[in-house]
Amino acid sequence: MLAHIDQIRADFPILQSRVHGKPLIYFDNAATSQKPKTVIDALTTYYQQSNANIHRGAHYLAAKATGEYEATRETVRAFLNARTEREVIFTRGVTEAVNLVAQTWGRQVLKQDDEILLSAMEHHSNIVPWQLIAQEKGAKIVVIPITEAGELRMDEFTKLLSEKTKLVSIVHASNALGTINPVKDIIRQAHAVGAKVFLDGAQSAVHLPIDVQALDCDFFAFSGHKVYAPTGIGALYGKEALLESMPPYHGGGEMIKDVDFEGSTYNELPYKFEAGTPNIADVIAFKAAFDYLQTLDREAIALHEQDLLAYATEAIQTIEGVRLIGTAPEKMSVLSFVLEGIHHGDIGTLLDMQGIAVRTGHHCAQPLMKRLGLSGTVRASFALYNTKEEIDVFITALRKAQKMLI
Amino acid sequence: MSINEIQNEIIEEFELFDEWEDRYTHLIELGKKLPILPEEHKTPDRIVKGCQSSVWLLPTLQAGKVVFQADSDAMIVKGLVSLLVRILSEQTPQDIATAELYMFEKIGMTQHLSMTRANGLASMIKQMRMYAIALS
Repeated sequence: MLAHIDQIRADFPILQSRVHGKPLIYFDNAATSQKPKTVIDALTTYYQQSNANIHRGAHYLAAKATGEYEATRETVRAFLNARTEREVIFTRGVTEAVNLVAQTWGRQVLKQDDEILLSAMEHHSNIVPWQLIAQEKGAKIVVIPITEAGELRMDEFTKLLSEKTKLVSIVHASNALGTINPVKDIIRQAHAVGAKVFLDGAQSAVHLPIDVQALDCDFFAFSGHKVYAPTGIGALYGKEALLESMPPYHGGGEMIKDVDFEGSTYNELPYKFEAGTPNIADVIAFKAAFDYLQTLDREAIALHEQDLLAYATEAIQTIEGVRLIGTAPEKMSVLSFVLEGIHHGDIGTLLDMQGIAVRTGHHCAQPLMKRLGLSGTVRASFALYNTKEEIDVFITALRKAQKMLI
Repeated sequence: MSINEIQNEIIEEFELFDEWEDRYTHLIELGKKLPILPEEHKTPDRIVKGCQSSVWLLPTLQAGKVVFQADSDAMIVKGLVSLLVRILSEQTPQDIATAELYMFEKIGMTQHLSMTRANGLASMIKQMRMYAIALS
């Protein structure tokens, strides 16, 4: 058990709420995490003390806001262990990052009959942007199959790789199953055939240490709101040479060097990909989230989350009719399950009435649900502030829901 | 009975229950009593869009009134559907289109009216109104 868990819980104001008259138990962390007070305060402080447009202004506040904004970039660089700040592009989140790479790198590189390898467990945001560009370019989406336990078929992956493979875009850890994919092996094999690799780190960034140099991935994207930062902000890492070679995504202010009606030249990295006034307040509060994590022992947090997953996995299997969905040995703290003969939506409603927030449905991974022959699952996902006591309440509540529905 | 008379009847019925468990158990029971919609009517075109669970709605016009048959694969949703059928079935298209559905709030089911995709009560109501307008 994590030391000082009560102190940690006290850092997150929303955890003191009551829902339908019961203390809130928040188990929907894979959808979005709650925010510590320091992050919430950073937003207010920015608007009260630093608000100005960045990079351009000739005044004190502009310099202050610019400094704070760029300080976040350095923090993200360090968090990912990117080589330089030029490799860190702020985006709205993973979805925008995938679209950015698809519409710039993809548009420039992809040709007729080229192949993009995705896995059967991808989130829609790592499917649809590639479909859009693939349709336009005549490229093909090829799907790496998974096992019943929810693991990638690495043997099939190896067979699917060829000189036609231009990109492997894969989720680092599955939001619907929790599976942690063997990305290092995937990257090595993909590079051997000359393909680039995009890692969707939406779920992994908050739980696993990320080192983009050690991984050697070409792109890595994650969302702030899943790492205790505000919504609407995230980051895309790309190897500098690749980012340099890519055309801009959005045109507008900030991303230009020189504009003429005959043509324009573009700003250097990372600004080339940050058109318009950016989301300054959320970028600055993004740093507050990393600063908060810095105050904690991240290794102890990872162990705590694994401990919660193991505890919940064991406890839930004492309930008759429970079937776990996603039983890979390497998992994030995501517990996805179905209850025999009961619709996942009904479970969600009756847990909610007992103050427990879970996600139900297809988890934005419809192809995965079709592959598993399910219309959806119930998903409980744990974060650093969750406790075994909450899991006990959840199990009791689940039994009660089951009894009401049978 | 008019739409509002039925709504008031349902409100009175639910007033008997103080605890949420009893309200939901009653709702689930009401769902179970919903007349069966034959399998051949459960076609994709009759599925209400915007629901996480599957809800099938079959409207027919009988003597100037809209008769709704419905089903769902989720029990709470089916309970909500059964309430809608009870209120809106065998009413005139005009009354269905203009009805003010105040009942859900009064019986403590307000949360199901939000525009989340979790159960789509709002989508069902919209669909029933559209059918009514189309049949008028």
